[in-house]
Amino acid sequence: MIARGEGAAHPQLAPDQVRFSLHGVTHRFETRRRSTAALLDVSLAAEPREFLSIVGPSGCGKTTLLKIIAGLLAPTSGEVSYGDGAGPAPPPNALVFQEHGVFPWMSVLENVAFGLEMQGVDRGTREEQAFEFIDRVGLSSFAHHYPHELSSGMRQRVGVARAFVADVPLLLMDEPFGALDAQTKLALQAELLRIWRTDRKLVAFVTHDLQEAVRLGDRVIVLTGRPGTVGAEIPIPIARPRDLARDRNEVTELSWHLWSLLEEGVREDLAMGR
Amino acid sequence: MRRHPAGPSNVAAPPETDRAPHGEGRVTVLAVGAVFVLWEVLVRLGVLSPIWLPAPSAILAELARSTAEGELPTHLGATIVRVVPGLLLGVVPGLVLGLLMGWSPRLRRAVDPVIAALHPLPKIAILPLFMLVFGIGEASRIAVIAVAAFFPILISAMAGAREISHLYFEVAENYGADRRAVFRRVVVPGSLPSALGGLRISVNAALTVGIAVEIIVADRGLGSLVWLSWEVLRTELLYATLLMIALVGLGLNAGLASLRERLIPWEPERSSSG
Repeated sequence: MIARGEGAAHPQLAPDQVRFSLHGVTHRFETRRRSTAALLDVSLAAEPREFLSIVGPSGCGKTTLLKIIAGLLAPTSGEVSYGDGAGPAPPPNALVFQEHGVFPWMSVLENVAFGLEMQGVDRGTREEQAFEFIDRVGLSSFAHHYPHELSSGMRQRVGVARAFVADVPLLLMDEPFGALDAQTKLALQAELLRIWRTDRKLVAFVTHDLQEAVRLGDRVIVLTGRPGTVGAEIPIPIARPRDLARDRNEVTELSWHLWSLLEEGVREDLAMGR
Repeated sequence: MRRHPAGPSNVAAPPETDRAPHGEGRVTVLAVGAVFVLWEVLVRLGVLSPIWLPAPSAILAELARSTAEGELPTHLGATIVRVVPGLLLGVVPGLVLGLLMGWSPRLRRAVDPVIAALHPLPKIAILPLFMLVFGIGEASRIAVIAVAAFFPILISAMAGAREISHLYFEVAENYGADRRAVFRRVVVPGSLPSALGGLRISVNAALTVGIAVEIIVADRGLGSLVWLSWEVLRTELLYATLLMIALVGLGLNAGLASLRERLIPWEPERSSSG
């Protein structure tokens, strides 16, 4: 899988070797006028094949955290490491951006096949695989459309399909279902769980939807405050494979527990903004 | 007292919306036609002197005669073989350098002061210098046209590349794009709308400077024909030549509009600046 490109630094990296851990990661954004801390002393680790949900109020540095894990951003201080002896270089990964980052100049098909194109996969193969995932996110009749012809929820699905097709061992998702209506969201959560069950990638899934975090994750990391720091880590004991209908009571229960952990911080934020 | 509407409020929209474009076109044709008829009548009545404003019929007759005898086509050909190579020699490096400067802040910082100093220079003023360097033949003329075409597309391509959202670069990097791939799949398509706007300005600059060069130094070309017909006071020929120059401009711009539709099929709405 990795042999087909991009894996130069990780020639034989299998999913059961991919992990990441952050030790005391702090990140500041420096502008000419001020320095704003986005993350403060964050330490967390994810095991191979784990589904890690990350929740927190807006502005607590969730996106920054994912970019640091993806290797797109170097933390101001602290350490990030991956896998056994993998060293400091991030493994091939796909980040689904909150603003989806679908290229406006490429058709849906080209967008979804982009990761494979960069890996040097030939056109026929990559289009075939891209079609499969376009179908799975329910966009098969839009494969040759351009993004401006799609709704924002559809564009988000393109971003999700693009990450799936790339078939990388580390999947980083930043509120990927944020712009979707409730029904489509449930359908895509089920699809994500199905794909994850067969491929067993390591997934870090950022969301502000507590139920979503509980429904999908093995563990939920709660980020609190501004700058964000790890407030709590909750294991989610719901059995795998998950079943959205069967699990609904447990999900509700646990998300209320999560809310009780977040509530104070949220109220403080609201009070401060007043 | 409450009044009830006589019928549903969303009755079929008035049909004018459909008819408007046709109607406007017809009005334009009628208005232009009226001006020409008035012009013709005033010249025939002796109100306007044919020395400086010959009748439209006389101009068209001269256009036909001059075309049939090969005079106008010869000069048109001379202009085209000067303007088109000059245009290509200016536009291709202008586009490439503009894209690279927009992409690389370092290159931009190094080259931008030079561009800023040279750009405002009236290009026709460089002709004598180029005649010293390239000789008095075609080379110096084509070189001046190239310089005139070089700047507008450079500046628009640079602006276009700078406007590309950072997000797209991050997505490309995340999927393992190397610099070549980033240039081909992000920088070029992302700046194309702006660059093609610049190409339009470059084309018009090349034509303008081309005609100016011909007026000053050439013995063939539409510009020199304009000057010749002034010197021998062949006013009909002067107008016929100007008409031909306008037609060349129209043709070039129409070609650009269709090029734009072919190169940017993903553009949400084509501005009707054609």
